[in-house]
Amino acid sequence: MLELIVISTLNGVLFGMLLFLLSSGLTVIFSMMGVLNFAHASFYMLGAFFGFQLTKWIGFWPALVLAPLLVGAIGMAVERYGLRNTHKHGHVAELLLTFGLAFAIEEIVSMIWGKSPVDYRVPALLDFPAFTIFSTNYPAYKLFMLGVSVVIFVALLIVLKRTRVGLIVQAALTHPHMVGHLGHNVGRVFMAVFGVGSALAGLAGVIAGPALVTQSDMAAALGPILFVVIVFGGLGSLPGAFIASLVIGLVQTFAVALDGSLASAFGPLDPSAGPSVLTDIWNVTIAQVAPIVPYLLLVIILIVRPMGLMGTRES
Amino acid sequence: MNAKVPPNPTSTSKPAGDGLRFYGVWLLGIAALIVLPMIFSSGGSLTSFSLIGIAIVFALSYNILLGQTGLLSFGHAVHYGLGGFAACHMMNAVVAHKWPIPLPFIPLFGGLGGLVFAIIIGWVMTKRAGTVFAMISLGIGELVASSSLILRSVFGGEAGITTDRTALPKIFGWSFGPQLQVYYLIAFWLVLSAIAMYALTRTPLGRISNAVRDNPERVQFIGYDPHVVRYLAFCFAGSFAGVAGGLAAINFEIANSAYLGAIQSGLVLFSTFIGGTAYFFGPILGAILVTYLQLGLTSVTSVWQLYFGIIFIGIVMFSPGGIAGLLMMHRPLVRAGTLRTVIPSYLVAIVPTLALACGVILTIETVARYSGGEAINLFGIGFKPQSPLTWISAAILLVGGGFVARLTWRRIAEAWDRAATVARDRGYLA
Repeated sequence: MLELIVISTLNGVLFGMLLFLLSSGLTVIFSMMGVLNFAHASFYMLGAFFGFQLTKWIGFWPALVLAPLLVGAIGMAVERYGLRNTHKHGHVAELLLTFGLAFAIEEIVSMIWGKSPVDYRVPALLDFPAFTIFSTNYPAYKLFMLGVSVVIFVALLIVLKRTRVGLIVQAALTHPHMVGHLGHNVGRVFMAVFGVGSALAGLAGVIAGPALVTQSDMAAALGPILFVVIVFGGLGSLPGAFIASLVIGLVQTFAVALDGSLASAFGPLDPSAGPSVLTDIWNVTIAQVAPIVPYLLLVIILIVRPMGLMGTRES
Repeated sequence: MNAKVPPNPTSTSKPAGDGLRFYGVWLLGIAALIVLPMIFSSGGSLTSFSLIGIAIVFALSYNILLGQTGLLSFGHAVHYGLGGFAACHMMNAVVAHKWPIPLPFIPLFGGLGGLVFAIIIGWVMTKRAGTVFAMISLGIGELVASSSLILRSVFGGEAGITTDRTALPKIFGWSFGPQLQVYYLIAFWLVLSAIAMYALTRTPLGRISNAVRDNPERVQFIGYDPHVVRYLAFCFAGSFAGVAGGLAAINFEIANSAYLGAIQSGLVLFSTFIGGTAYFFGPILGAILVTYLQLGLTSVTSVWQLYFGIIFIGIVMFSPGGIAGLLMMHRPLVRAGTLRTVIPSYLVAIVPTLALACGVILTIETVARYSGGEAINLFGIGFKPQSPLTWISAAILLVGGGFVARLTWRRIAEAWDRAATVARDRGYLA
């Protein structure tokens, strides 16, 4: 039991930090530009596939740097040539543009790399067990992922809170015109923020690709959870996104690891009742429910606290 | 509108003519629904017509949310799917208990299925509009789609629930075995739903929904609760989506979890938006086009969904009013008689635009078929995906066509401005 708790906590924190890498970019883009980037998870997927391809050509470590830069460049192009032109049609049009983009990216990826998972392996340098607890080997690569996520998180916090650049970005969030009057190119700031956000998503993809499965539906699988994270944490709140990422990461990991069901706790129902919704619910294991746990959390938070954990605005 | 006599006899100054034309359009549509299967009576076209009919009901129901109330939903297929399951269960129950309910009434239960879910979940969902609603609808959609795989006794797991439409009590001696009879059933419900949904746009609720879409604060000031209005619109949209799902269940004799999923929700969003949300006939156009493309393209190319995505992005960027918006833009020009000054620039633009489209198609197909190696047939010309010649022609078409097309589009915009100015001077354009 203790083994399960330790390992699940480690994995949960890891998944939570990955979620935070993604949702931090999404949150900063959203609160700055008012654009909900539907294609954010697609940038994550692009990161994973670019990472895979570049690893094949030039090795993992250059890919770790190059792939996020490429994804960031794509993000900047999307902002410059897509979103900026669509802005005059309103936020719904911008949202729809990124939705169409997510759809198109998924199709393009499955067109180039196929629909089945690609063979994206952990680099040989990190392919060893870091430590052994309770006879379970914990892979070093996962620790590496955790380390990268924490470094990025701390760096992001320092840049946003302590540097001049962060000051301008924060000011542009709330008072874009004033920042413009002070002589900063707000358009370029937006483009840079969008690029950095996309690059973060790309980085998450590069490091998550070998540990999770790299295939063309990974964006569609993760995208909705990201939205749950940022609604749950409170729209536009970076600390909220952090807490929500960890909560959802932990809850989902623990749910996957647990095998219990109502039937195993209280004994099976009377078999003469026949198959019904009740027996379904009675027999379903917690592991089976794991995929819907984030959405259940979403519904609960909407009923209890519609502005999210750390959110301040009603809408 | 000043002293100038309108050259067009059926303009706004003659409401009687307008009324005639209004009913004329509806009667024409109904007549087309009746006559079409007689002209195109092959099994394939009957199936297509049935699918298009279902898609139209679904897209119109979606437009109650998107076009009229301004709610962008990514989970509309939930109502469609639940309607389908409700209809399937009802059909099986009717057969099992020998209830005297004939098949044509089944879509009603589909509608009920969609409505019940909307009533339960809608109150929480419609608390907030805009982006938040979009995300929540996505989350709820995923929730229901994933739950459907867990609750096997209701949703039948991956296999879904099958039913037999011919086992229900007969009406007018129709067994609903042949596709033609199913088609007429769908057409009947299509007309009924379309009239009901059109009537809804004319009610005070429909009007106040538009107000909620445009300015919720003002609606609150005049004493309506935008939340309640959104909730009611959500319930109506859910019911009609359920009707569409029920029709689909009758057509396919099966309901499974794919009905509920994100792909189905995305498709209805595509149809509605490509067709145009500002006019009632927009989603109809969109549903016809998307279903037709879906059926037609699947046999031609393996990456048909990518073309959808590209068309969708193009519409979002260049014509947010959709196809209906593009068409209706020309109405004042037709009335003012200045359309002919625009047409030459359209004709000039056709060639480079087509070249650009060919370049896009050739590029996509080259990449898609690169490893497979089958030849690309573009307007009768064969291209081999591995040959550099194909890449060069694709690049030339893409870059050259794109460059020239941009110039001609600029010309269209200029000609358009001139024609619109004239139309405005003549009083046809506000």
